[in-house]
Amino acid sequence: MNKYETVIGLEVHVELNTKSKMFCRCSVDYFGAKPNTHTCPVCLGLPGALPYINKQAIEDCMEIGLALNCEISNLSRFERKNYFYPDLAKGYQISQYRWPLCINGWLEVENEKGEKVVIRINRAHQEEDTGKLTHSNGETLIDYNRSSVPLVEVVTEPDFRDTAEVRDYAKKLQQLFRYLGVSNADMERGDMRLEANVSVRLEGTKELPSYRVELKNINSFRFMVAAIEYEVKRQIEALEKGEKLVQETRGWDENKKQTFVQRVKEEANDYRYFPDPDLPVLEFTSAEVGQMKNDLPELPWEKLERFVEDYEISLNNAKILTEERISADLFEEAIKQGLEKQIKPQQIANFIVNQKIKLDSEEDIASILESIANKKVDMIEDESELIRLVQEAITENKDSADAYKSGKLGALNVILGSVMKKSNGKVNADKIRQLLEDNLK
Amino acid sequence: MKLSQDQVKKVANLANLTLTSEEEDKYADQLSDVLSYIDQLNLVDTKSAEPTFNVTDLSNVLADDEITPSLEQDAVLQNASAKKDGFFVTKGVFENE
Repeated sequence: MNKYETVIGLEVHVELNTKSKMFCRCSVDYFGAKPNTHTCPVCLGLPGALPYINKQAIEDCMEIGLALNCEISNLSRFERKNYFYPDLAKGYQISQYRWPLCINGWLEVENEKGEKVVIRINRAHQEEDTGKLTHSNGETLIDYNRSSVPLVEVVTEPDFRDTAEVRDYAKKLQQLFRYLGVSNADMERGDMRLEANVSVRLEGTKELPSYRVELKNINSFRFMVAAIEYEVKRQIEALEKGEKLVQETRGWDENKKQTFVQRVKEEANDYRYFPDPDLPVLEFTSAEVGQMKNDLPELPWEKLERFVEDYEISLNNAKILTEERISADLFEEAIKQGLEKQIKPQQIANFIVNQKIKLDSEEDIASILESIANKKVDMIEDESELIRLVQEAITENKDSADAYKSGKLGALNVILGSVMKKSNGKVNADKIRQLLEDNLK
Repeated sequence: MKLSQDQVKKVANLANLTLTSEEEDKYADQLSDVLSYIDQLNLVDTKSAEPTFNVTDLSNVLADDEITPSLEQDAVLQNASAKKDGFFVTKGVFENE
């Protein structure tokens, strides 16, 4: 069999959590609302209505771009993407095409061998979401509440070579959106959506394959990874059989654990993009962009690195502790307060990670520090290690062991004391007592 | 400049129109005339002219992110040819961006 290389590019859509829509001031709080109660002439595409750009959305999009090492275009514009489908009433989606807001970025991710690789980001641009369609009994029901909710699209170059990279990238983006506070990035609710373009080529080939399969409408990281893995296998098998692969869109069937064809692209889409004459251009000076870059909060991957460096905690602990911004901040607050009580950052990190504590308020800090102070720290938790200590102590205190067995229960304390001494007190006495009793039966 | 029947078909498809073959012929002629007429613009040398995408010359016109009231559902749906439970209704469409 020939050796193949996987070629994957990702498109991530993220719905921003602004208060109002992208081009009108209708509320974006449509989740669970009655249909068509969050609309106006602009987002319904009524004749004569004029769109107005949401400032917050543009700032959010720029923050995303800057965090992903993009350049901000000196000049960017909105264009109309024309197509016939009732998910937008206007007959076009306002998007960006030739003049996107953010371009040429990159993000470092880890591959399946744990090596760092750079994924190039083609663009991060601003657009609007579409209405929601429900198909039933030969009819389509339309709700325009979601129509024109701000949406940012982040597009990579086809740089992914394995699914570990894809997963890491998607997780990092989700974490970033939450750190920046620009979106809840909930996949199930559709705040964040992934699309993967997947193809394979003979190893050593440089050109991109002549086809690509677009995986769409997949609403979890896990399913996306499963779908990509399935696709790679399917495509290699097809190529080995001498079959020709075609450009098509596929979805994921979780029950059958396979991808299925949603649509075959017979010809390239012709969206006839053109600049939207209703919307003025966006222009930013390098000073404005520089200021914005300075104002970015510490990014999750920066925080991770700093935690490992400054607090000398393990990479794994740092990953867990920086997963969410709030818990990372509380961890740092705990470190500050811990210092006054001679509690080390590593002790706090270990305690939080081992006890699987979810930090979400100030009160958690006090209770954690108290527990650490009282309970002793760096406790030996490993069962086999504890048993080894107990058995060693029994052998070394044979007289006391015999005395205990013959009914002098107080003799147990001698052996217990020996274990405490051996372990420098890093064991739970109740636990050891229990183990001693079990071993002396 | 003469449009082929295939080009007319493509344009009709993009505009979501179904044409008979007589209509395709007819529009091929008519659209070709229109294009030839417009083609006269090519007589002007525009090498040094920037395209005019907006006539206002404005930039960075941005609105604060503040909610204003939306239309009432009844008002939104009042001119809809078909509606049901607060939704607009169309005949079934399939994913076909």
